Amino acid sequence: MGSFGNPDIVEVDTDILIIGGGMAACGAAFEVMRWKPADMRVRLVDKAAMERSGAVAMGLSAINTYLGEQDACDYVRMVSNDLMGIVRDDLIFDVGRHVDDSVHLFEEWGLPIWKQPGDENTPLKDGGKPVRSGKWQIMINGESYKVLVAEAAKKALGMENIQERIFIVKLLLDANEDNRIAGAVGFSNREDKIYVYRSNAILLVAGGAVNVFRPRSVAEGMGRTWYPVWNAGSTYAMAALAGAELTMMENRFVPARFKDGYGPVGAWFLLFKAKATNGRGENYLETNKEMLQQYPPYGQAAVPATCLRNHLMMKEMREGRGPILMRTDLALQALAKSYEDEFGAKEAQKKIKHLEAEAWEDFLDMCIGQAGVWAGENIEPEKRPSELMPTEPYFLGSHSGCCGIWVSGPDDIGAPAEWHWGYRSMTTVNGLFTAGDGVGASGHKFSSGSHAEGRIAAKAMVKWCLDHKDYKPKLAQDPKEFAEEIYKPVRNYLAHKDFSTAVDVNPHYITPRMLQARLQKIMDEYVAGVGTMYVTNEMMMTIAVDKIQELKKDSEKMRAMDLHELTRAWENYHRILAGEAHLRHMLFRKETRYPGFYYNKDYDFVDEVNWKCFVNSRIDPKTGEWTTFKRAHHDLVPKQK
Amino acid sequence: MPSFVMAEKCDGCKGQDKTACMYICPSDIMKLDKERMKGYNQEPDQCWECYNCVKICPQQAIEVRAYADIVPMEGKVIPMRGSDSIMWTVKFRNGNVKRFKFPIRTTPEGSIDPYAGKPAADLSKIAQPGFFTHSQPLRKL
Ligand SMILES: Cc1cc2nc3c(=O)[nH]c(=O)nc-3n(C[C@H](O)[C@H](O)[C@H](O)COP(=O)(O)OP(=O)(O)OC[C@H]3O[C@@H](n4cnc5c(N)ncnc54)[C@H](O)[C@@H]3O)c2cc1C
Ligand code: SF4
Ligand code: SF4
Repeated sequence: MGSFGNPDIVEVDTDILIIGGGMAACGAAFEVMRWKPADMRVRLVDKAAMERSGAVAMGLSAINTYLGEQDACDYVRMVSNDLMGIVRDDLIFDVGRHVDDSVHLFEEWGLPIWKQPGDENTPLKDGGKPVRSGKWQIMINGESYKVLVAEAAKKALGMENIQERIFIVKLLLDANEDNRIAGAVGFSNREDKIYVYRSNAILLVAGGAVNVFRPRSVAEGMGRTWYPVWNAGSTYAMAALAGAELTMMENRFVPARFKDGYGPVGAWFLLFKAKATNGRGENYLETNKEMLQQYPPYGQAAVPATCLRNHLMMKEMREGRGPILMRTDLALQALAKSYEDEFGAKEAQKKIKHLEAEAWEDFLDMCIGQAGVWAGENIEPEKRPSELMPTEPYFLGSHSGCCGIWVSGPDDIGAPAEWHWGYRSMTTVNGLFTAGDGVGASGHKFSSGSHAEGRIAAKAMVKWCLDHKDYKPKLAQDPKEFAEEIYKPVRNYLAHKDFSTAVDVNPHYITPRMLQARLQKIMDEYVAGVGTMYVTNEMMMTIAVDKIQELKKDSEKMRAMDLHELTRAWENYHRILAGEAHLRHMLFRKETRYPGFYYNKDYDFVDEVNWKCFVNSRIDPKTGEWTTFKRAHHDLVPKQK
Repeated sequence: MPSFVMAEKCDGCKGQDKTACMYICPSDIMKLDKERMKGYNQEPDQCWECYNCVKICPQQAIEVRAYADIVPMEGKVIPMRGSDSIMWTVKFRNGNVKRFKFPIRTTPEGSIDPYAGKPAADLSKIAQPGFFTHSQPLRKL
C-alpha cells in the first residue's frame, strides 16, 4: 500500500487514452466504441466525476450550436466574424456539418428540448421545430444535461474502462521515435497512487483555463468566476510541453455578465428585448456606433463581434459613465404594456409570469450563484435594473474564444495542404489528438459542437491505431522518476514542515495558493487584466515575461500538505504555462486584434495587411525553447454574401 | 460562495468509503472529517456554487450561503431534485419567496441504451467524414 510521500505506481497499457470527462470526452467515448475492433483497448480518465465534471457540471439552459435547416457556410461566416476574421474555416465547417447528430442523441437520451407550439412531441430529428433564443441557439431544460451525456458515455465505454479522480499532469513522448506520443502520467487525488499510461493514441480534452488572471472577487467569492474554477489550462500546458503547436493563444474571452454572480445575459437580451445603457440611461451601442466603423468588416456585421460590443461598453466605463445597466425594468414594463394591449390584463399577467420563470431558469440551470445574488440583494427585475460587468479573462477554444492547439482538419473541402496531415483532429505531435476547448482557431462550438468534435477525433484515433498496429510505446523515464516528479510538492512539504512554527510561512516552500496569487497579480497588472482595464503594452509584457520565469523557478518549491493541495499545485503548473503562452502570443502580435478583450497600446489598431494571420508557437521539448511564428490565413468560405 | 454542511443533518454517508458530496464535487472541495464523521467544505473560496453537492446529499444536509464578501445575508436558493424534475425555492433577504419547477429529463434515470437501434459502423468509411450514425455522405464545401 502506498503512503503519503511514497505512492504506489500503477502501470496501464492501452491503445487509446482519453484525458478528461467533459463534453468532448463523452462524445469520443460514444463514437469510439463503434469503430474500434474488439481487441482495441480504450481508457478514460477524469480528474473529477464524469456525471458532473467540466464546464457543463451545473447544467446549461441552451444548446448554443444547432444548425437545423441553416447553411453550415453561414455558421462559418458568423464564427469568423465574431472572432475578428482569423479562424480555420475548415474546422468550423466540419463541426457545422456534424453537430446536429449529437443534439439528436441528447434528445433521445432524455434532454428536454423546447419546441414550437404543436411540435412538442416531435423530436428534432423528425423535423420538430425548436425554440430558438438566437440564430444558432436552442432552448433546453438543461439541469441534467451533463448527467445524461455522461450516462450514455459511461454505458458505451463500460465503467471498467473509466477512472475518475485521476489528475493527469503530463504527456510522455516516445523514447525511440521523434515527435510521437507514447503515454501520460497522473495521480489519484483520493489514494496514494500514481498512474503511468502507455498508449498508441491520446485524446487530450481537459477544457480551458480560469484563474490565470486575478479574479474580480477578493475573498470568499473568488470561486465564483464565470468559467468553472476547476479547468486549469491542463489541455494547453500539457500539449505545449509535449511540443504540440499552439495557435491563437493571444485570444481570450472576457464575457460581459451580470455583476458579481456572472449570470447569463442572453435571455434578457433575446427573450425580453432588454437594452443595456450607461449610467446616464444612454444606449451606448447606439451612441458609440461610429466606433464600429473603425473595424470593418467585423464591426459592420448584423451582429458585431463580441469583443467590439465590449469595446463600446468599456469606453463608457473608462470615461466615467458607468455603471453599465441591463434595463430589466424597462423591458418588463414595456412587455407588460404590450401584452396588456394585446391580450388584456389577466392574460398579460400570466404571460409575464411565465417569462419571468424562464428568466430565473436561465440562472438556475447554469448559474445558480446569480439567483443567490438577486435573492440577497432583493432584486425585483421589473422594478430595478441590474449591473453588468466585463469579467476577468479566460482561455477557451469552444465558446466565444479561439485559443488552443493547431490540429489537422478535414481533407475533403479544399483546405490548403498545411491544414491537414492525414488524421483529423491530430495535433502536430503524432498520435496526440484534441477536441472541444483544445482545438484552436475554431470557436463557437459550445457543448454540442464539442461533443461532436470529440466524436470526430475518436474515429480518427481508431484509424490511427489501425494504421499503427505494431507500435509499442517506449518511455524514456523509469516510472519511479515520475513518482518523484509528481510528488515533489509533497516532498517539499515533508522535508521542511518542521522548520518554522507556522505551517504556511516557511522560507523553503510556497503554498499553491500564494503561487497562484503571484501568477494572477503578474497577469492582472502587466498582461491586461481587470486592474488596468484590459490595457497593456510591450514594455509591460516584457517585464511580465521575466517575472513569469522567476515564478516558474519558484514553482519547483510548491508544497502539498495532502492530495487536495497536490491537485492545486499541479493545476498551478498548468496555469502558469497557459498564461505564459498567452503572454508570448500577445507580445508577438503587433496589433490589437480584439479590442474589448485587450488593448496593446503600442499598436492600438487592427492591421489587416500584416496581421490577418495565425500566430502559432511551439516549445521544443528537448530544450524548452519557445518559438512564435506566423501561419498564413485563408478564407475557404467567401465572407461577403 | 460556499456550500456548507449542517452538522446535525450529516451522517457522514454512514461511513461508506466515499461520501456522496466528495464523490460529486468537480472542484474536489468536499471532504469527510473522519473524527466527527461529517462532511465539510475544505476550501470555501474555490467553490463555484454549482450546487451538485447540495443536490446529491441523501440527508439534505448541504446548503449554500452566498459569498459573504459580496452578498447581503439571508437570501437562500434551495433545490429539491427529483427523478424527472427539479423544484427551486428562492428566498429573498426581505422574506419574499419564489418557487419554480422545471423538467430535467424525459427518460428514467439509468435507462439510456446508447446503441439501441443504431447501425454498426461501416469500416470502409473510416477515412471519410461522418459518424457511424450518418446514413448519407456529408456535404462538402
Ligand atoms: C459558464 C459557461 C456557460 C456555457 N453555456 C453554454 C450554453 O449555454 N450552451 C452551450 O451549448 N455551451 C455552453 N458553454 C460551453 C460548453 O460548456 C463547452 O463548450 C464544453 O463544455 C467544452 O467541452 P470540453 O470537453 O472541451 O471541456 P469540459 O466539458 O469543460 O471538460 C473538461 C474535462 O477535463 C477534465 N480535466 C481537466 N483537467 C484535467 C486533468 N489535468 N486531468 C484529467 N482530467 C482533467 C475535467 O474534469 C472535465 O471532465 C458554456 C461554458 C461555460 C464555461
Ligand atoms: S453527502 Fe451529505 S450526508 Fe453524506 S457526507 Fe456529505 S453532507 Fe454528509
Ligand atoms: S457547490 Fe459545487 S463546487 Fe461547491 S462544494 Fe458543492 S459541489 Fe463543490
